Amino acid sequence: MGLPAYLIPPLPVVADPGLDENAKSLTRERIAEVINRVIDRETAARFRVYLNTCVHCGLCSDACHWFLSNDRDPRFSPVGKVKQTLWEILKRKGRVDADFIKECSRIAQTECNGCRKCSMYCPFGVDIAYLLFVVRRICYELGIVPQFLQDTVNSHSATMNQMWVKQDEWIDTLQWQEDEAREEVTTARIPLDKEGAEVFYSVIAPEPKILAQLIGSMAQIMAIARIDWTMPSFDGWDNSNLAMFAGDFEVMGRVERAHHEAALRLKVRRIVMGECGHAFRGAVYDGPRWLGWRQPPVPVIHAVEFYHELITSGRIKIARKFEEPVTVQEPCNIVRGGGLGTKLREVIQATCADFRPPPDPQFEHNYCCGAGGGVINCGPPWKTSRVKGNSVKAEQLAATKAHIVITPCHNCHSGIEDIIGGYKLGMHVKFLCEILMQVMEIPDELKAS
Amino acid sequence: MYSLVSGPLVWIASIVFVGGMTYQLVNMLKSAKRDKVVYPYMSLKYGLRSLLHWLVPFASRNMRERYETTIVTFAFHICLFLVPIFLTAHVVMFAFAWGPKWGTLSEGVADWLTVLVVLAAVFFLVRRWMLPEVRFVTSLSDYVLLAVVAAPFVTGFMARHQWFDYETMVIIHMVSGAVMLMAIPFTRLSHMLFFVFTRTYMGSEFGAVRNARDW
Repeated sequence: MGLPAYLIPPLPVVADPGLDENAKSLTRERIAEVINRVIDRETAARFRVYLNTCVHCGLCSDACHWFLSNDRDPRFSPVGKVKQTLWEILKRKGRVDADFIKECSRIAQTECNGCRKCSMYCPFGVDIAYLLFVVRRICYELGIVPQFLQDTVNSHSATMNQMWVKQDEWIDTLQWQEDEAREEVTTARIPLDKEGAEVFYSVIAPEPKILAQLIGSMAQIMAIARIDWTMPSFDGWDNSNLAMFAGDFEVMGRVERAHHEAALRLKVRRIVMGECGHAFRGAVYDGPRWLGWRQPPVPVIHAVEFYHELITSGRIKIARKFEEPVTVQEPCNIVRGGGLGTKLREVIQATCADFRPPPDPQFEHNYCCGAGGGVINCGPPWKTSRVKGNSVKAEQLAATKAHIVITPCHNCHSGIEDIIGGYKLGMHVKFLCEILMQVMEIPDELKAS
Repeated sequence: MYSLVSGPLVWIASIVFVGGMTYQLVNMLKSAKRDKVVYPYMSLKYGLRSLLHWLVPFASRNMRERYETTIVTFAFHICLFLVPIFLTAHVVMFAFAWGPKWGTLSEGVADWLTVLVVLAAVFFLVRRWMLPEVRFVTSLSDYVLLAVVAAPFVTGFMARHQWFDYETMVIIHMVSGAVMLMAIPFTRLSHMLFFVFTRTYMGSEFGAVRNARDW
């Protein structure tokens, strides 16, 4: 009853050992056993009600950047993805083959960002991303996970951080960044393991690994704002969580527990998280849920909210506004998932002279960057389809004619950078803290000579 | 035959409908307990806030974007309730059997509203064919369900205007009405019940947990 097969051109085949090699050892019996176990034991009311309520109206489609960017190809619509995976699985009662599971992994893992915009377009509020996360869970239980993504999960599991950062490297990096920060602000410190501090500042592992200057920048901001803060020298400093997106909820739970327990051990008043969206989601929603907590034990706020607080309370002052024209990428997990849209705009307006809002859709309705939900972590094999799957974002950014795209999220930062490169937009991406470093006033008494 | 369909069949259909809906409701509430996030996050305030935005025409962004579907969908669902409940013939039959009466639609208005339901059903059918994203997810059951819902209206209209044999048409009308009623709890037509819960849960998650709007 759907489109005749001849009308649908096949999608390019992407080689990924995490799928291709691991699928070789799958048997139909094992597949059926895992599928039925996940569906029977790990899903309940939401799963059944969502599937029984969906009237196949297709109204979710216009929400999805994948669908819109792939010439409205129905295979990329949210409900189309559920049809190709869960509907088939249920229709065949789990009796599917290894190639089918590979397809499921491609669809649920690399062609859905779990941005949850589609639930705002579904008249019934069906959480379609949740349904596709059940598919991810099945794929993970079968060992079918894109290789690069699985590597981050392995790292989480073995080192409690995403990028195989060893403890001595972590401490060494902080000391190095403290030195760097003191080149600018004399009082800049990165206090380790300070019990009873007001703020525990946590970051994602790519910061010490490849973007260490962001930590140094934060040390300057904290010094100027005179915040009593700390970072742990022990595990729990990394707030990222790719296991959440790989379907490995056991490791996800361990990682989130370590993060929150570090805060409890340090007896801090609250956790301030760096500019990352998925980490915020993990710490505030997915992690606590898995651990059986209604909310995090220690209050958690995202960097955008923190900056907003520092600026509006006058703890940091803006000396001069950033002159170049800027626009914004509104990260799903803090705007649609955290209601920070207005505060984000206010921080930008307070720091930038020429802010150009993106054309509609904006705020909660804005398009995902295409990188979130673990998609960018699936690595280079999937980059082409990821960039192709977000031409609507490229058009939206190009229309602003801005030079800089502010991206207060690591996934957005890398994803938008790829889109800028892929569509030759000639723009650059910046974190908010990079803007702050340029516009913030350093009081004379704190200036390093 | 007429007395069979206007008597016992109506009883059976009503019992299956009420019983089926109750069964689905209880089942959902029970299984929601196993879904550990549902009860803790359910919020009356945010749930109703979301529900309201999806029950008022054009109060949500997608309703404004797809205005033609919105207009047709609202007209379809409103008439779906209005016509059977306030049709003179139905009210008279109910009063005859039970006593209580209530206001009725004039015959002319009822006719037009019935035509509206049928036209809306045709719109849904055409939409299924024309839009690739809808066609891709359409299966035989979607056509059957549309037919099940449209049938009582088509046959009722035909009976009222005495097309073909009146008595046969009335019997077909009653049977089709009973089939629709009995299908509601056990098919995707159960969105009549579940819609309230899926929407309020999503509204609760967005409002109470994520501090955001979902419309």
